[in-house]
Amino acid sequence: MEWMITANEPGKTYLMQGNEAISRGALEAGIRFAAAYPGSPSSEILTMLGHVAEEMDIYAEWSTNETCALEACLGASFARVRSLCIMKQNGLLTVGDALHSASLSGIRGGLVLIVADDPSAHSSTNEFDSRHQARSAALPMLEPANMQEAKDMVKWGFELSEQLQQLVMVRTTTRINHGRSSVVLGEFPGQKTDPATIGEWDRMVAINWFKDGQNAKIDQAQDIFEDSPFNQYMGPDSADLIIVTCGTGWLYSTEAVETLELQDSVGILKIGTTYPLPEKFIVQHLAKTKKVLVVEEVDPFLEQNIAILMAYHPELQVELLGRRGGNAMPRKDELNPDIVRNSLAALVNKEYTGPDIAVIPPEEAVVLPPRELTFCAGCPHRASFFLLKQTLRIQEGQGVVMGDIGCYTMGGQRAGHYLYNFLCCMGGGISAAEGLGQLTRFGFEQPVLALAGDSTFFHSCLPGLVNAKYHNSDMLFVVLDNAATAMTGFQPHPGIGLTAMGRAAEPISIEKVVEAIGCPVTVADPFDIDGTTQIVYDLLKQPGLKVLILKQECATLVRKSEKPRVWVDQDLCRGDECGCGRFCSRIWGCPGNIWDYEAGKAKIDEVVCVGCGVCVSLCPAGAIKMEGGQADE
Amino acid sequence: MNKELVKDPLNIIICGVGGQGNILATELLASALVEQGFYTTVGETYGASQRGGSVMSHVRISSTAEYGVLIPLGEADIIVSFEPTDTLRVARDYANKGTLIITESRPNYPLAVLSGEAVYPAMEDIEAELKKLAGVVKIIEATRLAVEAGNSQATNILLMGALTALPQVPLTTEDYDRVMEQRFKETALELNRKVFKIGYEQM
Repeated sequence: MEWMITANEPGKTYLMQGNEAISRGALEAGIRFAAAYPGSPSSEILTMLGHVAEEMDIYAEWSTNETCALEACLGASFARVRSLCIMKQNGLLTVGDALHSASLSGIRGGLVLIVADDPSAHSSTNEFDSRHQARSAALPMLEPANMQEAKDMVKWGFELSEQLQQLVMVRTTTRINHGRSSVVLGEFPGQKTDPATIGEWDRMVAINWFKDGQNAKIDQAQDIFEDSPFNQYMGPDSADLIIVTCGTGWLYSTEAVETLELQDSVGILKIGTTYPLPEKFIVQHLAKTKKVLVVEEVDPFLEQNIAILMAYHPELQVELLGRRGGNAMPRKDELNPDIVRNSLAALVNKEYTGPDIAVIPPEEAVVLPPRELTFCAGCPHRASFFLLKQTLRIQEGQGVVMGDIGCYTMGGQRAGHYLYNFLCCMGGGISAAEGLGQLTRFGFEQPVLALAGDSTFFHSCLPGLVNAKYHNSDMLFVVLDNAATAMTGFQPHPGIGLTAMGRAAEPISIEKVVEAIGCPVTVADPFDIDGTTQIVYDLLKQPGLKVLILKQECATLVRKSEKPRVWVDQDLCRGDECGCGRFCSRIWGCPGNIWDYEAGKAKIDEVVCVGCGVCVSLCPAGAIKMEGGQADE
Repeated sequence: MNKELVKDPLNIIICGVGGQGNILATELLASALVEQGFYTTVGETYGASQRGGSVMSHVRISSTAEYGVLIPLGEADIIVSFEPTDTLRVARDYANKGTLIITESRPNYPLAVLSGEAVYPAMEDIEAELKKLAGVVKIIEATRLAVEAGNSQATNILLMGALTALPQVPLTTEDYDRVMEQRFKETALELNRKVFKIGYEQM
């Protein structure tokens, strides 16, 4: 909550979400600048900073993509302004060049980069581990183990960043970002730093000349980490086994040791500074044991860096276990208290007897209907996917559809009639379609389509579109323009006309951008199923690059003062006799279209229905009716 | 820390379907616990819940130490659920024979049921299996009671009233009321106080 992150109450304890704690830590560090691109589980941070920007006298923006965000922070840092950059794991991979280059040039004002990973891919297409990037770019990295550390590490990260003149990464995971715990508030700085003048001979330049400096900085970070209070050992002086852990693994490990009553024989070495490792500190503690279990989220990053360290220290004679070593932990998915406790119990041959749990034989268990994800009632994507599928069925030759990232990623599942064949990353669809579209010269005859949302269009489709245009690929690019970054919580993007700080901005028209590149562009309404099906059919017959913008506002944004009433005329609905196979509730699949078991006929759930009226045009019996309604301005 | 818990850590799960207000209810509960000086952690699993998915919050309360945000399987002491099939789904993973369950009886039909492809199980069958899995099962018509009191959206606070009435939960109505005062204004505060009391009296 915003009042918590701005409350001037040092010493007061509040229950805070990890993302709130991070925002608070940045404000306590006196940031003046924050930039991000939305991505779960990190999106709340910049949303909150944007809302409190005026009050706290800072600048906050939703950048067009993560590279823009990081480079904007580099600019602010050049003028010695403290800057916070936020993204999710995929975003970090797209900024690789900027990240590695910035590490060579170094920074001026403190720059902390928050990267939020999503183990088990709760809200992602993957669970990439961002920590490899810190190692690859030679950047110091911190990993908070709870919400208090999330705040404190961000705050300290700025001091470290200025001390080293280097960017500092803070890696979180979903359970930190979206978890809540007690956080003791600290003080705000008395005075904010104003931008410094950049002199004629000031330089922040990324060339290999500075590699010696880069190496010196990471060595200095290692020295500082040797004495960091974020690293600590708890346990006996001589241990049967030592758990080395970071992030969420720490509290799962302390619970496992407590539950199994192993306090006298198992130690826990908690590492908060996971790159570069505090070598002397680790070697000193690992000398206490012969067996090490590494507990960490996603990849065996900590584990394998310890393996490297062991190669340099032959005096350490330990068996190294973890997500790789000894297959002691699963190779994928997030940690939980059961995984950690069971792994530990197996390694020390200790039985665990939990609470008394009833075993229900499968044949006696109630059959539960699954909770499936779908597009919201009235979502324009449902109409777009339906009409594209329909067109491809009518069309000669099996169409190939390249998907992209957003709510419409669900279009590859049942919600979108399993429409697309290809899914890679943000902006990946259009460029892959460009390549496929070039194969017509070798006799490839299948129609090629690429899909992207409006926020994704600005994020990473522009270079792909220029490439497709310049090389005149045979393909149709469909922009699903719902005027929203819907999946992550409706953050504004350049097409919207609003900034993160709630100020008006001049919206950029996708149509005009496409026209300026020189592509023929058609704008159509996905709710006009028949008309737009014809348009897609005709476009697919034309050679070269075509762009179609399917424009209809996200259903959760449309506010209607008087919602149109949609209902099923029970005399006209023929039920199962119709031959449509319950088209409206089964095939169309809008949550507003339901089946009335008693009547054996279709029905509208008037609480859920938003009155888009598309099903009215689709019912073969003309049984769905609509009246009234007026859209708000 | 001057307060002892009947069990430490005390593990509570609050679950339901996206949009039912369980994240707010959990946040209020946990804030009240932090104000009382308990170590309290909350883990929320929601993914794409805005689009009809299940939402589950784990609350872990201790007077001695901070615990990780997830409750081990079979170790929920109390489950408060806003939807019957979700109650059963969560109870199968997290309940033991001593678990106390408070559940709403009103179904929130998933897509497969609305489309006629799957059948929603009978409440008696759900209740029978819950009774095999857990120690105590208390069914409350929370939505109906909240609608009668003024607004179905207050169902979440009504169930928090029922939870607070349990002797295991180290909170009084006044503790919860202080947090509600911080979050709600005027008519919303009045309504939430009213339904909280109704929920409390159900136990």
